[in-house]
Amino acid sequence: MIPTAFEYRRAGSVAEALSLLQEGGPEAKLLAGGHSLIPMMKQRLAEPGLLIDIGGLDELRGIQEDGGEIAIGAAVTHAEIAASDLLRDQAPIVAETAANIGDAQVRNRGTIGGSLAHADPGADLPAVMVALDATIALLGPNGERKVQAEDFFQDILTVDLAEDEIVTGVCFQACRSAAYAKLEQRASKFALVGVAAALSLDGGTCSSARVAVTGASSHAQRLSGVEGALAGASLPDGAGDAASGAGDALDFVNEDLHGSEEYRRAMTAVFARRAIEAAAGRG
Amino acid sequence: MTIADGPALPKLIGERVKRREDPRLIQGQATYVDDIKLPGMLHLAFKRSDIAHGVITRIDTSAAAAMDGVELVITGTELADHLGPMPIGTPFPAPDHFSVATDKVRYVGEPVAVVVAEDRYIARDAADAIEVEYDELPAVVDPEAAMEADSATLHEGFERNIAVESYWGGTGVNPETAQPEDDSAVDAAFAEADVVVSQRMLNQRLAPNAMEPRGVVAQYEPGREYLTVWSATQNPHILRTLVAAMMGLGEHQVRAVAPEVGGGFGCKINIYGEEYVAAALSRLVKAPVKWIEDRTEAFLTTTHGRDLLGYIDLAAKSDGTITGLKARIIADIGAYEVLLTAMIPTLTGLMMNGVYRLPVVRHELTEVFTNKTPTDAYRGAGRPEGLYFLERAVDMVARELDMDPAEIRRKNFVPADEFPFATQSGLVYDSGNYEPCLDKALEVADWQGLLAERDAARAEGRIVGVGLSFYVEVCGLGPSAVVPTGGWEHSGVTVERGGKVTATTGASPHGQGNETTFAQMLADHFSIPLEDITILHGDTGVVKQGIGTFGSRSQAVGGAALISAAGKAGDKMKQFAAAMMTDQEVSPEDLVFEDGRIQVEGAPEVSKTFAEVADYAYVPVPLPPGMEPGVSEEAFFEPENNTYPFGCHISMVEVDRDTGETKLLKLIAVDDCGNVINPLIVDGQVHGGLAQGIGQAMFEEVVYDEDGQPVTASFMDYVMPRAADLPVFELDRTVTPTPINPLGAKGVGEAGTIGSTPCVVNAAVDALAPFGVTHIEMPLRPERMWRIINEGEGGQS
Ligand SMILES: Cc1cc2nc3c(=O)[nH]c(=O)nc-3n(C[C@H](O)[C@H](O)[C@H](O)COP(=O)(O)OP(=O)(O)OC[C@H]3O[C@@H](n4cnc5c(N)ncnc54)[C@H](O)[C@@H]3O)c2cc1C
Repeated sequence: MIPTAFEYRRAGSVAEALSLLQEGGPEAKLLAGGHSLIPMMKQRLAEPGLLIDIGGLDELRGIQEDGGEIAIGAAVTHAEIAASDLLRDQAPIVAETAANIGDAQVRNRGTIGGSLAHADPGADLPAVMVALDATIALLGPNGERKVQAEDFFQDILTVDLAEDEIVTGVCFQACRSAAYAKLEQRASKFALVGVAAALSLDGGTCSSARVAVTGASSHAQRLSGVEGALAGASLPDGAGDAASGAGDALDFVNEDLHGSEEYRRAMTAVFARRAIEAAAGRG
Repeated sequence: MTIADGPALPKLIGERVKRREDPRLIQGQATYVDDIKLPGMLHLAFKRSDIAHGVITRIDTSAAAAMDGVELVITGTELADHLGPMPIGTPFPAPDHFSVATDKVRYVGEPVAVVVAEDRYIARDAADAIEVEYDELPAVVDPEAAMEADSATLHEGFERNIAVESYWGGTGVNPETAQPEDDSAVDAAFAEADVVVSQRMLNQRLAPNAMEPRGVVAQYEPGREYLTVWSATQNPHILRTLVAAMMGLGEHQVRAVAPEVGGGFGCKINIYGEEYVAAALSRLVKAPVKWIEDRTEAFLTTTHGRDLLGYIDLAAKSDGTITGLKARIIADIGAYEVLLTAMIPTLTGLMMNGVYRLPVVRHELTEVFTNKTPTDAYRGAGRPEGLYFLERAVDMVARELDMDPAEIRRKNFVPADEFPFATQSGLVYDSGNYEPCLDKALEVADWQGLLAERDAARAEGRIVGVGLSFYVEVCGLGPSAVVPTGGWEHSGVTVERGGKVTATTGASPHGQGNETTFAQMLADHFSIPLEDITILHGDTGVVKQGIGTFGSRSQAVGGAALISAAGKAGDKMKQFAAAMMTDQEVSPEDLVFEDGRIQVEGAPEVSKTFAEVADYAYVPVPLPPGMEPGVSEEAFFEPENNTYPFGCHISMVEVDRDTGETKLLKLIAVDDCGNVINPLIVDGQVHGGLAQGIGQAMFEEVVYDEDGQPVTASFMDYVMPRAADLPVFELDRTVTPTPINPLGAKGVGEAGTIGSTPCVVNAAVDALAPFGVTHIEMPLRPERMWRIINEGEGGQS
């Protein structure tokens, strides 16, 4: 519970954070809410020599809407997302998901940028961002780069982010008919399995859909079989059928004390159905 | 002479007085061990084994010792020159157990070396810099496999890893030999039974998880040859005795202090290696030293609870009359015997008579060493395990006979007119009246309505079940014949100048609320305001003698000692008062305490204020003949027996068909702990107990992998019950006083944990009974439940 010695610098701007990152090299780590990084440091699973605190940077804060596109700064906390009227109204899936992350302390400190950059296999927001086809904005020494969420998450704790880059924010199209459903791992409250579904609805019929799962596998990823099955399906009645094969299609499935591979596959179908039903209910 | 002018003081015993200790605790104004900072204090860190079983072949401390700020690095072998093997508190044979391993490590987390450094951070870095090499040995993880001839063994001299074996049976125990004279009655009962249920059940290993981890500060003052130890302990007096013995000091040279203690649940009864090490190293480095356990260490090294495997057979007649019990119990006690390790599982068999007239019993107990953290008391300590086995088995018989779970229990109850009741295991239940308690629980729960609700839910396709359990437990430990440290308690009551009262108790609380309940008793006794009373505890320098708080003994034993000391102090106050009123020919026998005065009964005009009398006691001019000045009295109370509270719990659960998640919809607890001093505190104790009992049923489990590596060593994997997991508890009580102490109070600290666990599992089995299941192992993991629903296979899961 006691980390190794480290240096702490509070960055005054994103530009300063970037140059500190470059100076620090592999020893340096960004610190946002600290709710993934500091537990790992206390267990000495991570031993960074330099922490660059970006948690308070105004440049990385704020939730805005412009012409139907919503942008969230990387340092916005889960609690702020949960409380945002804008999100509750125009992308309720995001606010609701954030409201069910961990506990109040975690939500008050943890940030969306940290959650996406860390990419815990059980983190909630990655699946939501993949389902919303969000774009993740990155800033590095060579300028800005944009990556689609589904390409950003690559493997367990592995994302398309260079050591000297910062996640500055995410943006996605407003979407009301989207929902997230998760089976909580009872100790941590992370997702044992969580599924996010974003639907385009034409009356009771689904014209197209994006569905993504977290928790079940190494990283958040699309459930393309389910998406295909949803095209033209009438909802909510057709949700179960469309979701039924969701788990079987996964290449790799996590397994631990809290759920075997078989259970997680089955729960992927259950929570895909629940997410689709809830999303359709919003349509 | 003035007439009493103060307000009439309400009687406080039986009132819901708010806990006086809470404001300081919730405002961060309390002093815990970690808040103690002494000049020149150094810090300890332990290098711990990261393997389950192995021989230490090399320890290199040179890099650690060379670090800036490191005072000393010492290995187990070196420390053995200063500290011998640790004492235990049971009469069972035990292998040597050193505070820090000397030759072999036997569980992940066992200390192998210690660092003393300027601060905690340096200490930890230095501990990481110690290099240890091992010859790894096969890990012994499964207690049944541990007893096979081909298993690796942990300790020399303990063949097949067996620590303790005991056996008794027949129609009663022969206390001389601990053997049955004739065991054939058991076989006969089973041969003649109409129904026999047989079930293997695991009462799984749990981590106590007190909110405050352990911690110790030790200061040896060479000039005075005096040692002070502050520790997060449940029993500072036992700590003093054992630390003194380990250090080669007399008890007069040691002061042990338990400052505020943030929960214990049994795991802070044991005196741990870290406490002895801190004392020894303080003497060695001539400076105060501190060690504060971190949460990882708490999971790895603070004693675990439970971990009993039971093979249970229960025989009955077709009308539901229970005719015999066979219990073969295997206790996985972990790597060593610590203070009470070997005794805890013996309580399981002792209490397996439950509330029933059980004509014959056969009980076999084997305690087995494995490469896991040692076990010791955990809230309930042996009784939850026994009552779980019994109450599951009784439920299975009821199901087999299609009987109502309440009615099968009613049929077998020990009748009210048979108390005191001698059980097959040799205990004598002090008092009991089970039927009214059952009836009240059925009424509060609306049992018939609950069954109808369940059936209606089932008709809708929901998976719902109801469960009931009826427990009896043993509290108020007590008497000295059965508690190795002595089973009494001590109290002191001093009336100060000015009429305020200071009392001490050896029952050292760590969340129980004694400062409130004990003050309520004294307020009523002396008829003075609650605010005029201070209860001191947890410091052997202040509390002359004591045993401690465990086994729900504070009120029944500590409270009885307090009231006895108060009686002596009161008598003396009356003598002084009478001496002040000689002109009115008042004799002490005529006097009573009333609203801050000492008065002639029924004649308030003939009186002195309590404060006046107190002042006179300290300046007694003239000193009444034959009296000493002052009022400071003390008393020991030795109970002649334990107390046996009981209760009935009822629950309703719903299982999610898709996911297997279990939701507890209702929990009704009707407990009988005898007379109640403070219903608010009793309810609080029941609430906490229920949460932990439900935690065992539904969520908690310490898991090791096949290499003896702990899988659940953090809150990310060890599931604790949360408030949101629990329904609003519906509590009620019946009151059957005990004749064992003058208060009639029995003890309630552990009741909630004992009744709720089988109650919730019984409800879960009821819920899944339509899928053919007759038993479900704890905890009720979602996947486990989901498999039963989907595979629909009966019997096991
Ligand atoms: C008890 C507990 C329960 C939790 N439960 C849940 C849960 O139910 N669901 C869930 O999804 N999560 C859960 N979390 C995780 C929580 O949401 C974390 O806060 C979050 O995942 C990480 O965000 P952070 O701001 O705390 O990141 P930090 O811990 O500060 O950083 C995490 C990693 O991301 C990097 N990083 C941070 N910000 C950036 C950035 N802008 N650009 C590039 N890299 C960056 C850091 O360098 C670090 O490597 C839980 C955490 C705890 C402690």
